[in-house]
Amino acid sequence: MSPQPDLLYSEEEEALRAAVRDLLTDRCDAAGVIARTESDVPHDLALWKALADGMGLAGLLVPEDRGGQGATHREAAVVLEELGRAVAPVPYLTSAVVATEALLACGAAGELLAELASGRRIGALAVGLHTAPGPVFTTARLEGGALHGELTGIADAAVADVLLVPADDGGLYAVEADAVVITPQTSLDLTRPLARVALDGAPGRRLGDAGPAVRRALRAGAGLLASEQLGLAEWSLTETVRYLKDRKQFNRPVGGFQALKHRLAQLWLEVVSLRAAARGAADALATGEDTDVAVAVAQAYAAPVAVRAAEEALQLHGGIGMTWEHPVHLHLKRAKADSLAHGTAGAHREALAGLVDLRAP
Amino acid sequence: MTDAAELRRRTQEFLSAHPPADTGRLDFLRARFDAGLAWVHFPEGLGGLGLPRSLQAVVDAGLEAAGAPDNDPRRIGIGLGMAAPTILQYGTEEQKRRFLRPLWTGEEVWCQLFSEPGAGSDLAALGTRAVQDGEHWVVDGQKVWTSSAHLARWAILIARTDPGVPKHRGITYFVCDMTDPGVEVRPLRQITGEAEFNEVFLTGVRIPDAHRLGMVGDGWRVAQTTLNNERVAIGGMRLPREGGMIGPVSKTWRERPELRTHDLHQRLLKLWVDAEVARLTGERLRQQLVAGQPGPEGAGMKLAFARLNQEISGLEVELRGAEGLLYDDWTMRRPELVDFTGRDAGYRYLRSKGNSIEGGTSEILLNIVAERVLGLPAEPRTDKDVAWKDLAR
Repeated sequence: MSPQPDLLYSEEEEALRAAVRDLLTDRCDAAGVIARTESDVPHDLALWKALADGMGLAGLLVPEDRGGQGATHREAAVVLEELGRAVAPVPYLTSAVVATEALLACGAAGELLAELASGRRIGALAVGLHTAPGPVFTTARLEGGALHGELTGIADAAVADVLLVPADDGGLYAVEADAVVITPQTSLDLTRPLARVALDGAPGRRLGDAGPAVRRALRAGAGLLASEQLGLAEWSLTETVRYLKDRKQFNRPVGGFQALKHRLAQLWLEVVSLRAAARGAADALATGEDTDVAVAVAQAYAAPVAVRAAEEALQLHGGIGMTWEHPVHLHLKRAKADSLAHGTAGAHREALAGLVDLRAP
Repeated sequence: MTDAAELRRRTQEFLSAHPPADTGRLDFLRARFDAGLAWVHFPEGLGGLGLPRSLQAVVDAGLEAAGAPDNDPRRIGIGLGMAAPTILQYGTEEQKRRFLRPLWTGEEVWCQLFSEPGAGSDLAALGTRAVQDGEHWVVDGQKVWTSSAHLARWAILIARTDPGVPKHRGITYFVCDMTDPGVEVRPLRQITGEAEFNEVFLTGVRIPDAHRLGMVGDGWRVAQTTLNNERVAIGGMRLPREGGMIGPVSKTWRERPELRTHDLHQRLLKLWVDAEVARLTGERLRQQLVAGQPGPEGAGMKLAFARLNQEISGLEVELRGAEGLLYDDWTMRRPELVDFTGRDAGYRYLRSKGNSIEGGTSEILLNIVAERVLGLPAEPRTDKDVAWKDLAR
């Protein structure tokens, strides 16, 4: 019998969800997020402080004896579901998951791990957001003990205090953000903006080997991204169902037309399936069993569902869905960007071909 | 002592008293029923112990380890999955005692007389008539898509007892004796070449009033119990990875590299992911049921598996190249079971076309999800307040 992961939510996980949702309901409404995307500070650092410092959520993946909360990927996944629903502009996936996992793989992480876990500092792995878990990623040049080069597509680098930079000697280096030049890139997803990082002789502290650290970080990022995508898809479905019950044309609620009902029922089926896949990946990351397959399955399934949910939401909202004012575009942009983040669905299917022995011709 | 530990002890005690090696299959099954180990969630005296359904696994594991015979549940699925829960909920004490034991042991096979040529998705429009004659009902009509009718001793039957009221209100639920001389069963040949199903013609069939289930005119409500249990049964299956139709095609892919193309590879990987996610979704549903938090996912599982089975078997026919143009056997046969794995890809392709029709079409299931799960409004109806006899047909 193949592994049977625990696919449910525990009572503690449901309580965590309720607490995060309450905070986001108070502090992260759609109009505020939309307004923020065009300001000088697209990230909401006050909200980040409330999540990280106030609720201790930045340290979920870090053991207690290293300064964290000693929870697992199952709890972090619940947080990401809620952050996805709200398209919250906070560096949770990038700092509390990806950068944190990279540090957990390094022997010499030192105080940095505890600083990220407490939320006092924000970290970013300096690998392009589109990079799939695997051996291939861009590196900086190490020359005369300092780092050189330009790394692009680095998510949330604009708010990072420290960058984790893989170099061409095979090492992963901690580089202070004020030692490099960080230039925002105009990004498809306004709520998780990318930046270019220019290193011109920047000093770095070697943390450990880049290969295993990057691989572990991106695998956890890809696996937990499925929970963010679940949150996005669930919002799209719920909002669209609510709107179609309310919106009347031809003297009836348009949600009563079979042509639309069937599309929403089909989407519901995909969302409940995504929930099982995302829980499967979170549980596999937590237990370490069957992790590569569970993560690849979840990412191969999640990306198209989240994108389709947002696209259906836009179409079924009609004209209002096409406006800047309505939040559906936030979800569409995040869902489409997520479909490239940490490897496309196609890249994860290719990985599966090797993992489950279904080889290419 | 916990329920599980106590049940494990009872199972071992039962096995000591009835060693499988020295006990006839039927004697063993009857004794198991009488010991309350048949279906532990049923009441005492009716094959159960009034325990949670999830504890059945404890009994099954103990019996399987001892090499005990089972009641061949796939052969008697309609009895176990549909007739039994309905009899339990609506039957009289006498009906429960008469029917449940031989139903469970498989001594008496059951079939379902619901669908009609003129009442498929709109089942409540059915026209088979039952007219009261003293202590009996006289039934005339035609039923269709009846699996196991040629093997069955009993049928669950819904028939119209009052044509003068709107269609949902004039239906009554009966147990029909399939050996009655007025029952004629004819095989209905399918696109696969074989005949799993039957047409059943009912001509002056006399059913004693004592074989009515539930109140006169309440048959639609009683039938909901039957149909809901059918969908629970479909959603509750536990599969290993590659346990469904994706298994044979993955095996062929691995063993026959000469058949591989890039196009088929992309499509196979996508379906493999879909099949694995459907398996996880079913597993999540099962975990919810065990934890006592049943979710609405069951309504969706049948939709998912119908589409998957059809797409995977279609791909499999293509993958086989020149062999995909052949078919294993068109001989008209009457199989006792639907056997997806014992036949070739072409059979799977054709048989799975029925998956989106039988047990509620995919279109009706999408309506059910939209209305009952998502709470979207129903289509405007023109038949709700019209007497059945005045409906257009």
